[in-house]
Amino acid sequence: MLTKQIYDVVVVGSGPGGVAAAIEAKKAGADDVLIIERDTELGGILLQCIHNGFGLELLKEDLPGPGYAQHFIEEMLSLHVEVLLNTMVMDITPQRHLFLSSKEHGYVEIEARAIVLAMGCRERTRAQIRIPGYRPNGIYTAGTAQRWVNVEGYMPGKEVVILGSGDIGMIMARRMTFEGAHVERVLEIQSYLSGLSRNLVQCLQDYDIPLQLNHTIKRILGKNRVEAIEAVQVDEKWNFVPGTEEIIPCDTLLLSVGLIPENELSRKAGVKLDPVTSGPYVDETFQTNVPGIFAAGNVVHVYDLVDWVSEAGFSAGKSAAKFAIALRNAEARYTPLIAGKNVRYVVPHKLDKSTLEQEDVRLQMRVTRPIEQPVWVEVHDGENLITRKAERYVRPGEMVTVILKTKNYADVAKSRQLTIDINPR
Amino acid sequence: MQEKYDYIIIGGGVVGCMIARWLSRYEGKVLLIEKEADVGMGCSSANTAIVHAGYDPVPGSLKAKMNVRGNAMWDTLAGELNFAFERRGDYVVAIGDDELPLVHKLMDQGKQNGVPGMLMIDGAEMRAREKNINPETSGALWASTGGICDPFQVTVAAGENAVMNGAKVLLNTAFQDFIMEGKRIIGVRTNRGDIYGRWVINSAGIYADDVMHKAGIRPEFIIKPRKGEYYIFDRADVSIDNVLFPVPSHKGKGILVTTTLHENTIAGPNGTIIEDKEDTSTTKEGLAEVAEGALKLIPSLNLRYSIANFVGLRPMGNGPCKTPGVVYNNDYIIEIPDEVQGLVNLGGIESPGLTSAPAIAEEVVDMLRDAGEKLVEKKDWDPIRPDRPRFRNMSHKDRQLLVEMDPRFGQVICRCENITEGEIIAEIHAPIPALTYDAIKRRTWLGTGRCQGGFDMTRVVTILSRELGISPLEVTKRGAGSEYLFRQTKQVEG
Repeated sequence: MLTKQIYDVVVVGSGPGGVAAAIEAKKAGADDVLIIERDTELGGILLQCIHNGFGLELLKEDLPGPGYAQHFIEEMLSLHVEVLLNTMVMDITPQRHLFLSSKEHGYVEIEARAIVLAMGCRERTRAQIRIPGYRPNGIYTAGTAQRWVNVEGYMPGKEVVILGSGDIGMIMARRMTFEGAHVERVLEIQSYLSGLSRNLVQCLQDYDIPLQLNHTIKRILGKNRVEAIEAVQVDEKWNFVPGTEEIIPCDTLLLSVGLIPENELSRKAGVKLDPVTSGPYVDETFQTNVPGIFAAGNVVHVYDLVDWVSEAGFSAGKSAAKFAIALRNAEARYTPLIAGKNVRYVVPHKLDKSTLEQEDVRLQMRVTRPIEQPVWVEVHDGENLITRKAERYVRPGEMVTVILKTKNYADVAKSRQLTIDINPR
Repeated sequence: MQEKYDYIIIGGGVVGCMIARWLSRYEGKVLLIEKEADVGMGCSSANTAIVHAGYDPVPGSLKAKMNVRGNAMWDTLAGELNFAFERRGDYVVAIGDDELPLVHKLMDQGKQNGVPGMLMIDGAEMRAREKNINPETSGALWASTGGICDPFQVTVAAGENAVMNGAKVLLNTAFQDFIMEGKRIIGVRTNRGDIYGRWVINSAGIYADDVMHKAGIRPEFIIKPRKGEYYIFDRADVSIDNVLFPVPSHKGKGILVTTTLHENTIAGPNGTIIEDKEDTSTTKEGLAEVAEGALKLIPSLNLRYSIANFVGLRPMGNGPCKTPGVVYNNDYIIEIPDEVQGLVNLGGIESPGLTSAPAIAEEVVDMLRDAGEKLVEKKDWDPIRPDRPRFRNMSHKDRQLLVEMDPRFGQVICRCENITEGEIIAEIHAPIPALTYDAIKRRTWLGTGRCQGGFDMTRVVTILSRELGISPLEVTKRGAGSEYLFRQTKQVEG
């Protein structure tokens, strides 16, 4: 549910980084914390990682992805963090306004005193590694295949070749094998493994799936569905070694060729990105160059272990809460003075409420157009009229002055803003 | 029960769909057959998306005539059919002094072809207009009538407008042969049975030669596919807003760097002549050639930001130009041949075929009228094909109103391109239904972004399955043989 227009902290993404940020923001004193998830459930990509190996560092437990996610989600919910599911954040402005879109809540604009970006990362695709050939069906990133198998319950392949020795690729090699597919081999262009050594043992070696280092794909065959790939050995400069080509019949090619932080929203918010990590430049509090916008987890740089993502989330959440509280206090201390009906401007522009406790404050303004009849100059907070002054007329050439008195302090202290209108008497 | 048509159009590319749209204005039954699972799956959906000014074709050729006439029709066409089109103008850029005479030659050619609004600009002016251009540019031809469009939308919109006005479109229906009565064509034989009609229009694109040969027409005419490979770039990282041609060579108009109306920069095509009409594979060599050509125009172009490659096959024919004194052997064929009755024959409609398509459709109608067809305009003919909401192009305010009216437009399915469930469902139930993933992709631009469908794919398969009432196992990328899934997992089955 969306209960507020303004939140202390809004977290974008409910993967491990986002959930940790929401927990710590709440613990650090933020009142209203909202977490936004585009999928149907909280947890992010962990939900499709049904293999073990999560939490060894932080929880001293060996959990599957959904179990690890659940541990922190429960804690977050017990802290009364507000949750929006099936909701996509469409835009974030540098002033920390967010535009959200969902079936249930419509298209809405909300404000945040602080934002934690926790959109995670996405997988590199075939075009980014430039494999020539046809563009048939049957070429999926390992993560997409993982969603099909583990979430949707469908098998996207029978005879599988995997390009890239990233962790998701190796994990999917085991998973597809377990589900009855035949994983022919894993090809890796580099001379070394790109994922964790434990996955090489547990996912490939235990299932007799060969790993070929210094190998890549020269082209893809098959017009409608993948029919084969042509594998080839490469030298240290990644040039094809002539004579090493091998046609491998298969119906599916899974790609596990790297992850890229997902920063489209960050860019919209004016967040500067590091071309090396593809994530935001951050300080030690995980604040980006845009004040009040923080980032945590794989959106900043791609981690190897989820535990470190959670740690980063805790830090970012805590920093975001600190920022939001400081801003909230500043908002509470000051009340803006708004030029209302027939008022062009008011000086001062804002008022430190505590001043009024000690002394009167003079407000001066110019009117927009002349009114040649008796008028009220009214200072009000919404429906609540705080003070008014009678004038016989107002003219743009003559400045108007109203005094806020110490006796108005109680009313002013409660206000969010004061508006000055000029109305005929 | 045998249905009989007045006009049977073979091939649902942009030319076929335009002809269907033009003919649907008149009394008579129009049928368009398309062998693929959607219209516009061949050359019409894999090209540079440019509405050419017309300075390129050989003066006196039918190609030149159709190009210039077609170009002038696009504003009205875009207004009526509501597809994306912008007359942004284009440049032919000379790099170094040697290339400058070729640009002047193009200018002269354009004048002969009757192209309005052309101007020569010098190198300094070109550098001012496109800050990323190769600094060695010595000048350029500026053609103000050049435009860019969304060719997928153009084809679908024309086809839809035809359907709105009573035409019928049969997808997955492949022409096999003509049914003849002596020298008269009385119908076509397809994989889905015989269909009878008074006129058959051959707009089979890359297969137009095979189709006309079945009628015994022009046995010497052959179409050689010219393969063009392309790069598409991430709009967040690369943004070239101009349409930039190099000077042309014997291989064609050359490798461009241009923009699409989806704001993605694209580079291509090369022009390799191949034999296999189904060979849409990219090659390492071809992509390297495109890269080299693109870097010549924009030296700072970073290939690292490419998000996709694609291939288009241009149906280059060997039709001789009929204009006396003009020696040119790759001209368009647009004719009602004498050898048989009941055939409108098109062939070799390569680039600028997209630009020419409305003029070709008009020409076909004129030829039919000359051949004695009455062509009485329908009283209720409606030239307007309304557009459907396009969430990504809307302001925040308009999005809010749209989602209030139909919450399905609030559900974003494609994260990179911001395509919503409402838009997808609208396409699935459109006058020409989008029955495959690629059909939805072409119509909405879904899945074309930096994640290349990684996020939306599983979700779109679910939506297609639900809306079409089929199993997810039956959902395809582009028709039979391109299914996504093989079976359920053991856990689900068990």
